[in-house]
Amino acid sequence: MSNKLIDLVNITKSYDNLVVLDDLNLYIRENEFLTLLGPSGCGKTTTLRLIGGFEQPDSGKILFDGDDITQLPPNQRQLNTVFQKYALFTHMTIAENIAFGLKLKGKSKSYIDDKIKYALKLVNLNGYENRMPDSLSGGQQQRIAIARAIVNEPKILLLDEPLGALDLKLRQDMQYELIRLKNELGITFVYVTHDQEEALTMSDTIVVMNQGYIQQVGTPEDIYNEPQNAFVADFIGDSNLIDAVMLEDRLVSFFDAKWPCVDEGFGNHVPVDVVIRPEDVVLCKPEEGIISGQVTHVIFKGVHYEMEVMAGGFEWLVHSTVMHPVGEPVGIFVDPFNIQIMHKPESEDEEVAYIEE
Amino acid sequence: MKNRQSRLLALPFAFWSALFILVPLVMIFYYGLTTKTGQFTLDNFTAITQPEHIKALGLAILLSAVSTVICLVLAYPLAMILSKLGANQSALIVLIFILPMWMNFLLRTLAWQTLLEKTGVINSILRFLHLPALNIINTPQAIILGMVYNFLPFMVLPIYNALMKLDKDVIHAARDLGANSVQTFMKVIFPLTLPGVISGITMVFIPALTTFVISNLLGGSKILLIGNVIEQEFTQTNNWHLGSGLSLILMLFIILNMVLSAVFDRNGEGGMMG
Repeated sequence: MSNKLIDLVNITKSYDNLVVLDDLNLYIRENEFLTLLGPSGCGKTTTLRLIGGFEQPDSGKILFDGDDITQLPPNQRQLNTVFQKYALFTHMTIAENIAFGLKLKGKSKSYIDDKIKYALKLVNLNGYENRMPDSLSGGQQQRIAIARAIVNEPKILLLDEPLGALDLKLRQDMQYELIRLKNELGITFVYVTHDQEEALTMSDTIVVMNQGYIQQVGTPEDIYNEPQNAFVADFIGDSNLIDAVMLEDRLVSFFDAKWPCVDEGFGNHVPVDVVIRPEDVVLCKPEEGIISGQVTHVIFKGVHYEMEVMAGGFEWLVHSTVMHPVGEPVGIFVDPFNIQIMHKPESEDEEVAYIEE
Repeated sequence: MKNRQSRLLALPFAFWSALFILVPLVMIFYYGLTTKTGQFTLDNFTAITQPEHIKALGLAILLSAVSTVICLVLAYPLAMILSKLGANQSALIVLIFILPMWMNFLLRTLAWQTLLEKTGVINSILRFLHLPALNIINTPQAIILGMVYNFLPFMVLPIYNALMKLDKDVIHAARDLGANSVQTFMKVIFPLTLPGVISGITMVFIPALTTFVISNLLGGSKILLIGNVIEQEFTQTNNWHLGSGLSLILMLFIILNMVLSAVFDRNGEGGMMG
């Protein structure tokens, strides 16, 4: 396990009495692609700005490679930021933009020229040295912003929803581009987004946040397959969220039926939340399912059909490559392994998961 | 059809412009290019080379340039402070700032006359405190004071607007790339707000260059700016021909200033045009 490059310790931050981050603890490992994911107002951008040095926490410490950098101004931190709206210097050429940080550090002209060439090549914009930022498209400007940041050889690159202003196709291309960049540069990326698909595609680690609290930290697979609470399950991908009662180890009850599962240790007769992904719902003949019902909607989505099935008084969302027409009676079966059991939050505030790996 | 209708809407303004801008301009050109007997001449233009006219023009340029620089030095920090305040606070301060402008320009300048006079309010207070008297009424300094006082808001507002339009993340980006606060200002904030500075300079320099009221009231009758010379030709000597000629020369300087501004502005905007 590589060491902690950034360590946020007991960070609290509020604006005008509105608590944005409450006692946040999080560390970022060297060479990791970490994504802060959550709805707007969850505190993800504030977290990034604290790391970048544009904001100071009300309390708590930020450690960089073990050193306390909480009070250090942004220009003295060994990291660089890519801003959501590019924030290029519109009065300078592309080359001058990229050279900005290097000139301040007093690098030689030949070193700077080499770096500009290298960076433009890296972001596939060879020959753009003398263009002005305003003459470039949004995607190109964002690449220049990335080039401008990485020539300084930061240990960490902070990216604040960098693809938010781009259209869908460009966004997908840029996702691959960013993964490639990350691998070529071998530095740590801290990425902020509200787009769960983006997070799942690119990250090594995802930090799901809501209302100033970390909900879950884990790999994309962990987050998707084993959400720790209803918020995470609901926020990441489509899901069937069901009120249930854990009868005993490996047996859960919902919709007046007993469902075998693989979870243990919840206790007996304890209320829980159950999440089942739509692609894990298996439709079969009515008599073969654990419960049965009727198909109410069918939409063709390309790779699969999206169906809604009314069963047990619940509208099940089902993804399947096999189409069942509306009105067909079907049975529902779920592999025990695909039934994810989660503790119920005792209150809104307690929708918090403290995760220490 | 719609196009024609919108053109009709512009008619009142076109009429107004023709009557009150174009006609007077043509008349000034006519007067400037003729003698009292109606013959064509360029003497009214070459009259600018007479020592007293050159001196008045030179002094006007000097005083308005000094006033413009003082305004800039005062206005930029103020605009920066304003732009950092919350919306409510800055609105209040901007209001306080433009409040004097609701009062008549003449009245405000007259007030300064009363304040600065040898036996005026300021000197009375100084005498009461046993401090030396302030003798700046009827000096170029008093004129500069009047110019700065009257035209400062015209410098603050465009710079304030330019600062407000500046994306805060651009400033963050400069800091992020290693610039300290002074470097950030010199390399990013100031260049990006240059268009505001230029329009501020234009809006202060031109009225200062042409003023005759401020120099009349605060400079006594001894200090003549080019504006005073022209005013006297019209109102006292009744030589409209010379007055018009000198006005046109002054207009040349104003046009020159505006061309320079436009050139600088384009440079400031970088390659917008290229």
